[in-house]
Amino acid sequence: MSVIDARGLTVAIGGRPVLRGIDLHVQDGQFVALMGANGSGKSTLVRALTRLWPLTGGTAELFGTPLDRFHDWHRVGFVPQRNTAASGVPASVWEVVASGRLSRRRLLRPLSRTDREAIRDALEVVGLSRRHADRVSQLSGGQQQRVLIARALAGEPDLFFLDEPTAGVDLPNQQALADALAELKHRGATILLVAHELGPLAELVDRSVVMRDGRVAFDGEPLADHAVHDPALGDPHTHHHHAVRRGSDHAPDIRLGPGGQP
Amino acid sequence: MTPAELFSLPFMQRALLAALFTGLAAPAVGTYLVQRRLALMGDGIGHVAVTGVAIGLLTGASPTWTAVVVAVLGAVLIEVIRERGHANGDVALALLFYGGLAGGVLITGLAGQSATKLQQYLFGSITTISSGDVLITMALAALVVVVCVGLSPQLFAAAQDQEFARVVGLNVRAYNLAIAVLAAVSVTVAMRTVGLLLVSALMVVPVATAQQLTRSFRTTLGAAMVLGTLASVGGLVVSAFASYRANVQPGPTIVLLSLAGFVITWPVGIWLRHRARLREPFPSMETDQHETTDHPHVHGPECGHLAVPHGDHVDYVHDGHRHAPHEHHYDEH
Repeated sequence: MSVIDARGLTVAIGGRPVLRGIDLHVQDGQFVALMGANGSGKSTLVRALTRLWPLTGGTAELFGTPLDRFHDWHRVGFVPQRNTAASGVPASVWEVVASGRLSRRRLLRPLSRTDREAIRDALEVVGLSRRHADRVSQLSGGQQQRVLIARALAGEPDLFFLDEPTAGVDLPNQQALADALAELKHRGATILLVAHELGPLAELVDRSVVMRDGRVAFDGEPLADHAVHDPALGDPHTHHHHAVRRGSDHAPDIRLGPGGQP
Repeated sequence: MTPAELFSLPFMQRALLAALFTGLAAPAVGTYLVQRRLALMGDGIGHVAVTGVAIGLLTGASPTWTAVVVAVLGAVLIEVIRERGHANGDVALALLFYGGLAGGVLITGLAGQSATKLQQYLFGSITTISSGDVLITMALAALVVVVCVGLSPQLFAAAQDQEFARVVGLNVRAYNLAIAVLAAVSVTVAMRTVGLLLVSALMVVPVATAQQLTRSFRTTLGAAMVLGTLASVGGLVVSAFASYRANVQPGPTIVLLSLAGFVITWPVGIWLRHRARLREPFPSMETDQHETTDHPHVHGPECGHLAVPHGDHVDYVHDGHRHAPHEHHYDEH
């Protein structure tokens, strides 16, 4: 079954095209890594699929329902790109995770036993059960990322969108994240992970999608971190330093792409 | 006059009721404002409400109701400006701050009213409150408390992380507007108690005090409401007794009492956070160097040094060092 089905998806922000005709089909239970340079449109694609940005063209379906008629948000877990899970007032780890349960709760109803169990289970998967009463702001950056994953997990979704959960997270915490995601994958969740570098997550990935300038530049076998920056994928953000070509004074500076096209 | 006689006076009873309800309601909304880092929003709305009061004075309508209407409009306007991203939250606030205050003073002049009439609303006059006003205050304050506590899971999530809350399926815009409207309502509720210029203090200071000591949102919300009630009722009582000797206004007394609470808890909060940091377990990582320390003192449960779990053993924090017992000496960890 197709969980994500985007056809010709287009997003423009302030009249400027950011995503240009994206076709993306993700099957049930797949772990897809969405990669690419900064500004290639990875995050925007996730935000379009979670309806945080309106589409300007094309169609997108989640679980076979068009986005604008999709109401089963409890089937979707979202881990936004954040440096911190804290806000202006203290909040405990448990409270932040419990807010992920709201997709399944009705107004003015207390938490049911099922709710509490889901929250406890989510904390256990990310390995933070013992810190549940602590202030979120007292946790390290990597632990706060795990809190955000537990929050998405608490709603018991079938589909996860994770936007760069490993950015700025140290290796032991990346490993803890990878363990949590491995558990999700084992439970049969479909996962779309936006990442700049995969690190310990690499072995979980079933499929890599590489974006460039708002288009899908590669879609297929899992790629190693370094291959994503392959010039063949047209990624201008390589780790190698090339001599800077100096254009002559007033001549237009046209750089040729790999196929000889400007 | 004895205390019993003082509290049997009808105007004092009305004042106590108004103080009680204001003290509960203002910090309840204030918690959400502080959570959104909009602590000064109450102040902005208070300034806008000055124009509302002045319109009431000009038209002869009840200043309380005109203040409610204008404050709600102002609060919604602040929220819209903020949401559309036309200006930062604080710039949007500043615009309304000055517009509201200037408009209020100008219209009061047009109405032929003196500044003293306006001053009742600017600095509060809880002892002159009428029974009708007390009923309005109680009803509005109860509404604020019921919504702030009843919808706390949703309001918390919407303020904590807007984008996440939208994906969870919450109507974040509606909750944002609800907070803005509730803030406007509690500003006008507190207008008679502490006055429009000091209203924000009752919304924010109890929250700032509470969060020195709390770890969770729910306890912060609850503690702020308790502290707000203590400050407003306590301030009223203190000012009533003090006014035998001098002219002591209830509004400023309430605010200063509330601030005194913050001044007392602040060092406690610093100490609590310091202690929490010290007690945090050390990550259980292999220590590759085996550095021994010559140490005559014997660490144990009774030695007075803080014991912190470190993997499979316990470290003792000693002058900024970590000592771990190992055979007949201590290792530096």
